[in-house]
Amino acid sequence: MTEHHQHIKLPEGSIEKQTTTLNVGPTHPATHGVFQNIMELDGERIVSTESTVGYIHRAFEKIAERRPLYQITPLTDRLNYCSSPINNMGWHLTCEKLLNVKTPKRVDYLRVIIMELARIADHLICNSIVGVDAGAYTGFLYVMQYRELIYEIYEEVCGSRLTTNIGRIGGFERNFSNTAFTKLEKFLKEYPSVLKEFENLFTRNRIFMDRTMGTGAISAERAMNYGFTGPNLRAAGVDYDVRVHAPYSSYEDFDFSIPVGKTGDNYDRFLVRNEEMWQSLGIIQQAYQKIQAFKGEEAEVYHANVPEYYLPEKEDVYTKMEALIWHFKIIMGEVDMPKGEVYHSVEGANGELGFYLISDGGRAPFRLHFRRPCFIYYQAYPELVTGGMLSDAIVTMSSLNLIAGEMDA
Amino acid sequence: MPGTPGNLNLIEMALTNERIQQQLTEKFGDIVFGFEESYGLLSFEAAKENNLKVLQFLNDDAELGFRFLTDLCAVNYPDQAGRELAVVYHLHNLAENVRLRFKVFTDIQAPDVFTASKLFSSANWMERETYDFFGVNFVGHPNLKRILNVDEMDYFPMRKEFPLEDQTRVDKDDEMFGRG
Repeated sequence: MTEHHQHIKLPEGSIEKQTTTLNVGPTHPATHGVFQNIMELDGERIVSTESTVGYIHRAFEKIAERRPLYQITPLTDRLNYCSSPINNMGWHLTCEKLLNVKTPKRVDYLRVIIMELARIADHLICNSIVGVDAGAYTGFLYVMQYRELIYEIYEEVCGSRLTTNIGRIGGFERNFSNTAFTKLEKFLKEYPSVLKEFENLFTRNRIFMDRTMGTGAISAERAMNYGFTGPNLRAAGVDYDVRVHAPYSSYEDFDFSIPVGKTGDNYDRFLVRNEEMWQSLGIIQQAYQKIQAFKGEEAEVYHANVPEYYLPEKEDVYTKMEALIWHFKIIMGEVDMPKGEVYHSVEGANGELGFYLISDGGRAPFRLHFRRPCFIYYQAYPELVTGGMLSDAIVTMSSLNLIAGEMDA
Repeated sequence: MPGTPGNLNLIEMALTNERIQQQLTEKFGDIVFGFEESYGLLSFEAAKENNLKVLQFLNDDAELGFRFLTDLCAVNYPDQAGRELAVVYHLHNLAENVRLRFKVFTDIQAPDVFTASKLFSSANWMERETYDFFGVNFVGHPNLKRILNVDEMDYFPMRKEFPLEDQTRVDKDDEMFGRG
């Protein structure tokens, strides 16, 4: 270090240290999850940082090796718990790929509605938390009402709110109720003005812009090398979106655009997420129109006809022979799955969520690996924040949308 | 431009699985083998000594351009003597939108595989995770230590030799769990 640090006379034998070590986490209000950063600070500037993860590792991949497919869905809930329906759907789609199940169009559209609602809920949390960490609490409190409304829609569809376990292999466990659609209409009607107001709070806010522009930036090339996906990659200028590159659940039927940023900094990440919420809203509207266009029997379809894997309705189990047999077979684990290896991915709210499933023909996977987007891109965090201010590092952390549950599996 | 011969040529040269296989065998001959296509995804193998050569070629070749490492993980096949552990790379060519799966197998007694972390920064933690759960020793890795499990752990829990607890076992004292 330079000379001027030397004027303090330290006692003989003491170890002189020019930097301060600061533990951010594992439980710290700024980490929004259980993970640790050990930072070396020179004043308020970060000299180096080391990340530690794994505090809530729950061995999902191991547990999955003992479970039939439908019992793995609740495990996927607990990955990115801010948008668990997307994880659930991703898992069902993986199973359907392995089992060669074709879902009816109405099921696809219902799934799209749920997945896009989940994306909005997730982006809403992420963007408003970026606001909180930059010192603007209002937006966060304001938009919570609408996340609540989204959760109420989940509740109508599947009965739970956070860890949803929504849907089944082949479709949904029950049809959407009228209340679900009424709430969806309410959401579609009221949310645009809320999002507009939320946007007005931040997008051209001088303080917010000064805090986020140019901080936590990454180039497109580095982002790709670090395995960035989702909004974080798109903010750096790469237009990769699984919904477009490998459409699943009939995303090819929808008209939407993929917003991209340029600088890959916190501000661009915020803008990309914000625009994605508008796009999601458009997708939900289109999907709802398509669903309303179904007539007659088609308008009641909510699952594919796959009795081998889809649990029959309870009423049928008590009254119909066939249903009773299938119920018994599924519950007792007598339905084996075909041998094979599949990789399937969906556009999770924070990136490409992939499932690598190897089946040896038994009732449980031989091996299941989750490609968890934030586990992969969180490695870039030291590179993003080194040389910057501690307070910017906090905003960078929240704008990366890190979810401890997903990171630690 | 639509309709021009150049464009037709481009369509013919689209990066199909056959084309990838052809390119790879032209370059490497017998070094790459075990080509198969499952659910539309091309999968192949190489000896573990050659993993970096293959990855580097897939990355550098102008036509192949597999520059995005989507996923890296391991699989344990306890019944395959000498090939108990597989390291599986999922690669993606974002421009052409083609994926492939590349595997190298290793003996569980000497699970040394060269690290891909110099080529892909993203491989750093994925290899640490793979080491943590399967004990694959990534030679040349800058910081190969456990990542999700505790540092004191002295075994590799995702290996098949550690089965999950039998759920029908009866030797547990239920009273200890408030179920007595």
